[in-house]
Amino acid sequence: MIILTGQAFDPGALLSEFCQDRTETGAIATFTGLARAEQGDTTTLELEAYPGFTEAAIGKIADEALRRFDLHDFHVVHRVGKITPGEAIVFVATAASHRRAAFEACDFLMDYLKSRAPFWKKETGPAGARWIEPRAQDHADIARWETPKP
Amino acid sequence: MARVLLFGRLSDVAGWRERDIDSASLGALRDLLAGEDEGLAQALAAPGVQVALDQAIVRGDATLSARSEVAFLPPMSGG
Repeated sequence: MIILTGQAFDPGALLSEFCQDRTETGAIATFTGLARAEQGDTTTLELEAYPGFTEAAIGKIADEALRRFDLHDFHVVHRVGKITPGEAIVFVATAASHRRAAFEACDFLMDYLKSRAPFWKKETGPAGARWIEPRAQDHADIARWETPKP
Repeated sequence: MARVLLFGRLSDVAGWRERDIDSASLGALRDLLAGEDEGLAQALAAPGVQVALDQAIVRGDATLSARSEVAFLPPMSGG
């Protein structure tokens, strides 16, 4: 399930819900990303998505993760709109038979979300507003998954 | 009449996010936008700006219908 929301969410509640009614899943991995204050440089983060297009693009990668890591299930929740430091921006949960697949799928999905997902991000702080693009590290992180593993 | 959407820095440059514009093709739409706003023309021509027609990325020209949705997408930032 992929959800974009303008509302704050509770990662713990999402995890509890994701764990329910599973008898064959042996491993659930999650990642929660929070908005940073950057020592006061950022007072507000604003994330823009293209409704429909953004979910479809994330869905394609999630389908790849399902196949590649033999996942049982996944859940992606991503904030859009204005976000203040300390609030959760993203929650990813993956369910698999065993831990390695769950960890790796979660890592894979986050690397995609941080580098290529169709979001446009603006940081506002005392110095004004600026549009953010992925860091070199974000590109390097997603590149790790492009060479097939031996 | 196509619905035209601007995302990210493009909407800041243009001062609008969404407009209905009468245009027969993507090329004609670009020309029309460039003719009315030099700043937007430059921003649209910047590297990495992609165009989605009815939510699918297109390259080159394409015919627009009355219900087409055209989105100009600057480089995606990730979440």
